[in-house]
Amino acid sequence: MIERHAIAKVLLCISGVLFCRAAMAEPDEAVLKAEAARVATVAKATPTVVCIFAHEGQGGGSGVLISPEGYALTNFHVTREAGTGMKCGLADGKLYDAVIVGVDPTGDLAMIQLLGREDFPAAELGDSDLLHAGDWCFTAGNPFLLATDFHPSIAYGIISGTHRYQYPDGTLLEYADCLQVDAAINPGNSGGPLFNSQGKLIGINGRGSFEKRGRVNVGVGYAISGNQLRNFIGWLKSGRVVDHATLGATVSTAEDGRVTVSDILENSDAYRRGLRIDDEIVRFAGRDIRSTNSFKNILGIFPKGWRVPLTYRRDGQTYETMVRLRGVHHEVELAAAVEGPQMPIIPMPPKDGEPKKEEPKQEEPKNNEPKKSEPKPAPSSPLPIPEPLAKLFHQPPPLPDAVKKRFEARPGFANYFYNKLNRDRVWKSDMARGDFSSLSGPWSFSGDLVGGGVFSAKLLDKEASMSLPLGDTKLENTDNLGDVLNPPGSGGLLAALHLWRKLQVGGPGHYGEVTYLGTMPLEGHDRWVDVLLGTTGGVDCQFMFDSADGTLLALEMYPQTDSDPCEVYFSDYRETDGHFLPYRFEVRYGDNVFNLFNVTKYDLQKGAGK
Amino acid sequence: MIATNRASQNFVPNLPSARRGSLAVSRVRAAMNRRIAIAFAIVIAAIASAAQASADSIPAPSFARTVAEVQPKIIKIFGSGGVRGLADYQSGFLISADGYVLTAWSHVLDTDDVTVILDDGRKFTSKLIGADPRLELAVLKIEAADLPFFDLSQANPADEGTRVLAFSNLFGVATGNEPASVLHGTIAAVTTLDARRGSYETPYQGPIYALDAMTNNPGAAGGALTDSQGHLLGVLGKELRNARNNVWLNFAIPTNELASSIEAIRTGKSPSGTKETKPKKPDNPLTLAHLGLVLIPNVLDRTPPFVDDVRTASPAASAGVHVDDLILLVDSQVVQSCAAVQKELGQLEADADVRLTLMRGNELIEVQVKPGQPQGQ
Repeated sequence: MIERHAIAKVLLCISGVLFCRAAMAEPDEAVLKAEAARVATVAKATPTVVCIFAHEGQGGGSGVLISPEGYALTNFHVTREAGTGMKCGLADGKLYDAVIVGVDPTGDLAMIQLLGREDFPAAELGDSDLLHAGDWCFTAGNPFLLATDFHPSIAYGIISGTHRYQYPDGTLLEYADCLQVDAAINPGNSGGPLFNSQGKLIGINGRGSFEKRGRVNVGVGYAISGNQLRNFIGWLKSGRVVDHATLGATVSTAEDGRVTVSDILENSDAYRRGLRIDDEIVRFAGRDIRSTNSFKNILGIFPKGWRVPLTYRRDGQTYETMVRLRGVHHEVELAAAVEGPQMPIIPMPPKDGEPKKEEPKQEEPKNNEPKKSEPKPAPSSPLPIPEPLAKLFHQPPPLPDAVKKRFEARPGFANYFYNKLNRDRVWKSDMARGDFSSLSGPWSFSGDLVGGGVFSAKLLDKEASMSLPLGDTKLENTDNLGDVLNPPGSGGLLAALHLWRKLQVGGPGHYGEVTYLGTMPLEGHDRWVDVLLGTTGGVDCQFMFDSADGTLLALEMYPQTDSDPCEVYFSDYRETDGHFLPYRFEVRYGDNVFNLFNVTKYDLQKGAGK
Repeated sequence: MIATNRASQNFVPNLPSARRGSLAVSRVRAAMNRRIAIAFAIVIAAIASAAQASADSIPAPSFARTVAEVQPKIIKIFGSGGVRGLADYQSGFLISADGYVLTAWSHVLDTDDVTVILDDGRKFTSKLIGADPRLELAVLKIEAADLPFFDLSQANPADEGTRVLAFSNLFGVATGNEPASVLHGTIAAVTTLDARRGSYETPYQGPIYALDAMTNNPGAAGGALTDSQGHLLGVLGKELRNARNNVWLNFAIPTNELASSIEAIRTGKSPSGTKETKPKKPDNPLTLAHLGLVLIPNVLDRTPPFVDDVRTASPAASAGVHVDDLILLVDSQVVQSCAAVQKELGQLEADADVRLTLMRGNELIEVQVKPGQPQGQ
């Protein structure tokens, strides 16, 4: 019957077109071509648009599919109302179960997974930095929850402004580097896609400036930019409640227009990399810095823990470095944002034993305008969640089994199921390059150093030792790995190698606590890497794996919370007795390369008990 | 990143509908329904022609180039306001290379410290050259040279259906060197203004372009309306409602309606309408006594004009003025002191109606007072 209706509709359209053509003068050829292009683009984008209905009937919103497995993006403020499970309609007229995957309360982003198919139509992500004010764009979604047949509403418009900054407005929520559009964004469009004129996904709609018309479109909507999505997609797949980043320093615009550091945390990575008060910020994360707002914009699109390039200037001298970004929020704040009522978030006091120095507060951007006549722009607001279609949901139904199977509650996580799923996926792909579980005896390897001389190392369950030209060093206490950082100047290479062996032999199950962080770029590597965070022996260690083939590319061992890690970069993998082993280690600590190790011989012993 | 790549590799435009189509073929054949089979053949033909259409379809060109050309002429203005409901920002644009600026005549300009910020982020304190109270437009001047500008003498009358771009700093979204916002739309009608502010008609009732772009937003007044090539068509109007049906109006005053007046103000030849050239003192000036109003004792340089008493059965009483109301505006003039109230009333004839804007608690109230015989002397 559906097919017959579809045919009838098409016939109606065709006859309508024929009738109109006959009745009116032939329009300009260019107009017809432009119209055809627009219709084709909308038709291409429509199947990827998701109409979200809260599972327990508390409203709804919109979303967009980004992978054939059903991963979709929406706003955090939509999933927050919807909870763990939701119903999602697609333009094919079918209703699918969906489950929460990960949330970003600060960036108002959330990932869900639609269930029941392996071939969901998916939108292609476009580069939002290529957009200009005046470019055509369109929004798609479920305004006022009109789409009872799940066919999305489309609104065409233009980009009104790029790189806009919208203030937090009393909550964690901040729209940095966002896109401003005059295409209609109304209640219910929340979380829906913004497409460019080629139908590529360039943003997620979620906020608008409203005033006298209540909460209805006044031609001023805001979308989270595609490039922020790009950075967070892998992070959200980890099932965590993810955080945004800060440099650990605040900046202000000087009278002459330079953007300078006005305050800096002494335990921040930026400080350790040499940044000081009054230094001029020249470039940050690959973009020139010309105002406080532009700095806040760039910072706002990165997740906590990423490393980005920074160029700063002091006394005419320019310095380039890579800085690690700190988290913006305390874990308790994030937890409150996810679970608590929608209220302004009150910053938490530091825990006992933590450094007492407060995070310097970023002042409102002043640029270089006079304070008196520089008002804060009228704040925009997140779109409200429209009233649900109450009749569809007389009673809150229980979670469907498909959703229950893919949900696991755990503090700090939106859905721990996805963390395990990805942790195990990464581990499985690493295992495919060599199963070390039987090799639990001593690991010995030796070779030469690029700086000159030879080395040999021996790794056991409870100790490690290394012989270098500058002498022999040992690691004897594997319960507190952060205490002794041997060899001197390496930042703890023996501890790092001990953890490398521990993960390879025991896997995540015997390592300690291992969580999946997500994907991020790794300097000097084309593809992004999957990151596992392991905690054991009193230290955190991040393991970076090639996202395509599971090769372990690097690890970073952090002896303390706010210290430089010992970084080990593995390369020159060769097959040795059925295992792929790295024959080259580059070891870095702080700003220095400690040494380059070329392995010539491995001897990995089987465990005594096996 | 992985997901994105996979998505791009696996994405086939229109895949779901094509699948539905092939499914339909088998079912239709099974049913041997000739009528539907024919219909389906037409659908196939339609899909084929649609595919052909998309093959030689050319997307509508972007306005990005026009926008980039116009933005350097658009300015952001910051001045007085910021109190409840009143924005302290608005829009304007350059009308000469040496720094004359056209903007809306509003409360934002009621300060000596009106800041003009150019598109490139340079900021200036501006001087008010004059205003046209009928058009509710003002001319400001900044000390700068070699600026890009709109030439008002090149008026381009436009017809209904013309595609337009509206440039303004609505909601004060942009600061510093951030570009103003741009909305798109069409001229929905070329008509005359029939609008009101509160319950009062606007002084200008001449021709306007009614727009389908949402220009009726805080801070948008004074912005520029251009065609799709960036030629100036008009200046964006204030936040007004249609006098008949009370809906908010999106409109612009056409350039040729304002060019001669603005040019006269700019060149100092304006016979009337500038702030400095007030009308002659009336023969029989209006006083507080005509209205039955008593203000609090004038003890300071700028005693705020609070109402101390309203005479019983006076014009002020019947108009609804209350004791303790603060008088903000006499007609459209801001009054910051008891003395200013008396001065503004003194500009009016004693038999003329006067409009008072009052603040009562957090409310703004407008009343129209019809003066009577002086009372309570």
